Amino acid sequence: MDSLQVFEVLTAIDVLLLLLVVIVAAAVVSVPSLFSATMLAGIYSLLMALLWVSMAAMDVAFTEAAVGAGISTVLLLGTIAITGRNEKKHPDLHWPGLLAVTLTGAALIYGTVDMPSYGDPRGFHKDTRSGYANKVNLYTAPEYIAQTVPKVGEEIHTENQFHEHVPNLVTAVLASYRSFDTMFEAAVIFTAGAVMILLLRRREEGDSPSEEAMP
Amino acid sequence: MKQPGSIEEHVVIRVTSKMLIPYIMIFGFYVIAHGEIGPGGGFQGGVILAAAYILYCLVFGVEAGSRALPRRAVEATMALGVLFYAGIGVLGMFRGAAFLDYRVLLSDPASAEPLGMTLVETGIGFTVAAVMITVFNMITEPTAVSGPENAPETGESKGSATS
Repeated sequence: MDSLQVFEVLTAIDVLLLLLVVIVAAAVVSVPSLFSATMLAGIYSLLMALLWVSMAAMDVAFTEAAVGAGISTVLLLGTIAITGRNEKKHPDLHWPGLLAVTLTGAALIYGTVDMPSYGDPRGFHKDTRSGYANKVNLYTAPEYIAQTVPKVGEEIHTENQFHEHVPNLVTAVLASYRSFDTMFEAAVIFTAGAVMILLLRRREEGDSPSEEAMP
Repeated sequence: MKQPGSIEEHVVIRVTSKMLIPYIMIFGFYVIAHGEIGPGGGFQGGVILAAAYILYCLVFGVEAGSRALPRRAVEATMALGVLFYAGIGVLGMFRGAAFLDYRVLLSDPASAEPLGMTLVETGIGFTVAAVMITVFNMITEPTAVSGPENAPETGESKGSATS
């Protein structure tokens, strides 16, 4: 099997996965049973994880599988257990909703026009009208890659070069180069948990008196 | 809510999950500790740790889960994880560098960077695991959303919802 055949097989797998993603997404919104919709949402996340693997984005695939297919399915099932198994009756078509979704989708697709083509190491995209050249992959990425994954036999020449200690570039960017961002991401997650406790915790006996007791 | 005792009668599920849960937890800690070498990190590892606890709760009941891991401890862990992350940054300041500069944690900067990353990932892991467990705890609390006065009626009053 030569390289061209391998490329064709990989493309066929990608097309198959993308088709399945669209079919499952349509099924999620169309089935009336919320239980089935939750299971289909888990399958959707699993297919997306496979797509991320196909794009060699292992960290994203890992997160998608753990969070999308794992935890959120369980949390949605828990929500169904305390609400109801079927969705309420609703009109067949909600025009403002359809308009909002279509506009948002169109804006997102319009945004992808300015993105560099997938796998382009330069990230080069030249706008034909304004002449503005977009070189997103050439600003900081080469420096990150050079500091984290040096070439074989290359000497350490900057003091913050991680050398072979941090082979995973994603973690190097998240936990070191953008450590400040990640700290506040953790703070955001903490805030979400704190809000859950404030909104949903049942008042235990022996706790401080409730608002009704206050004058 | 689900009937307690129904799933606990399945011997296969109980024995299998009893065998699996330690390995899930070890894998979670492995993912947290090896974020800088392989795929994953604090977030993914924390979610895996929470999944181990949720599996325990689903099989043995929420009450047994609360006994194994008290809610006060989970809520404290939630805050301590973020505090640990920020504490690593402050530790760098005490050693004469900028906030969240890991290079000064050890005498060798090249090995201090991975150490700092692993430490902050550990903080993220504990926060994420505690938050996920808290979300699960809050959702499975029977009277959390619908108050005690209307909890039993919700199923029958909305007959169209169950038909």
